[in-house]
Amino acid sequence: MELLRDKAKSLLTGGAVQVVIGYAAGSATDRFRPHFARSADDADRLIFGEGCRQNLAVYLLKPEVRAMGKAAVVGGPTTLRTLLQYAVENQIADGLVVALALEDGRVEELTSFAAVEEYLAQRPHGLSDGDRAELEQHAARSQKDRWAYWSAELARCIRCYACRAACPLCYCEQCITENNQPQWVPVASDAFGNLEWNVVRAMHLAGRCVNCGSCAAACPENIRIDLLNQVLAQEAMTQFGAEAGYSVRKEYALSVFKPDDKETFIR
Amino acid sequence: MAEFEPKIIAFVCNWCTYAGADLTGTSRIHYAPNVRVVRLPCTGRIDFMLILQAFGQGADGVIVSGCHPGDCHYTAGNFHARRRWMLFRRLLDFVGIDVRRVTFSWVSAAEGAKWAELVNSVVADVRTLGPYEEFPQRLGGPGQKPLEVA
Repeated sequence: MELLRDKAKSLLTGGAVQVVIGYAAGSATDRFRPHFARSADDADRLIFGEGCRQNLAVYLLKPEVRAMGKAAVVGGPTTLRTLLQYAVENQIADGLVVALALEDGRVEELTSFAAVEEYLAQRPHGLSDGDRAELEQHAARSQKDRWAYWSAELARCIRCYACRAACPLCYCEQCITENNQPQWVPVASDAFGNLEWNVVRAMHLAGRCVNCGSCAAACPENIRIDLLNQVLAQEAMTQFGAEAGYSVRKEYALSVFKPDDKETFIR
Repeated sequence: MAEFEPKIIAFVCNWCTYAGADLTGTSRIHYAPNVRVVRLPCTGRIDFMLILQAFGQGADGVIVSGCHPGDCHYTAGNFHARRRWMLFRRLLDFVGIDVRRVTFSWVSAAEGAKWAELVNSVVADVRTLGPYEEFPQRLGGPGQKPLEVA
């Protein structure tokens, strides 16, 4: 914790960045809130603990935060992957963001995308064993059971769009769901609209999602919507060898193609 | 009760499959009348949301068809579409939507007979599957009572 605060203070006082985006204490001991430290005093409120899981990279693209100047963001591997995916999508220029990578109480300052790439290359890629086992468990059920599970889960969706707000890669200024000419996704929370919204969200993140889990963590109904993203990430990996957020040179899986992409279902 | 007649929506590209379906007609080939054809510029234009909307408005099956790989009028639209379908189909399957009701196909402008065969086989398959009653319907959509205003 002291290491993080010292690092933040030196970045802020040295003028290397104008804001450090980290976590501060929330309304209860196990709750944390995002904290925007803009001075050395502010930096004293930075903390880091077990429950700090929100992907703070989501704030980097907000106009209010951009207006503050150069930013440093605190986070783990998925936050770093978000930065690289932003770079792939031309959202942030190299050198305009500093990553403070946290691991086992150590803080590493990464000032360029190349440094982030190098850091991530030394860490495990893809889904964790637990996530993979969970996906396999879901996929192993019969089609009827899968439908029973997902229609019941999605029926609880209240369409608050907290998943969209929490997702660092859902940054469109106007979302398809707000479009009403034509009204693709019905406004009311009903079975069809809920299914459509969640399928659309997952599809628009297909091949881009960095699996930070912020969507599911933000869901007030505790629906495991991150599984939808994971299954697509896994499919993009097996079919196209595409893995989001590990390299700034890798293109988004759905914006490129190979003439010999292999499928088995087109008649 | 009359036999169940499946409603099939076909999203086809203007340049190949639509022309192919036209050829079926001009060749006087009979095929199942259960299909409603929606013409779009290119398979690359066929958003996966159109497929959901079709089911949400009462379709029992959907056909998506366009030019063979390499024949796209816009050079690469169908290559992009193919990648998207690969992921979309996996997602549909994962959430338990019956992927046997969504048929992807390449039908060129010269394949009038293939189009007839494709439609007939899809209609036969969906007929055995029965009406797609599990799929939630869009409120206020066709075939439904209008929303009541209190």
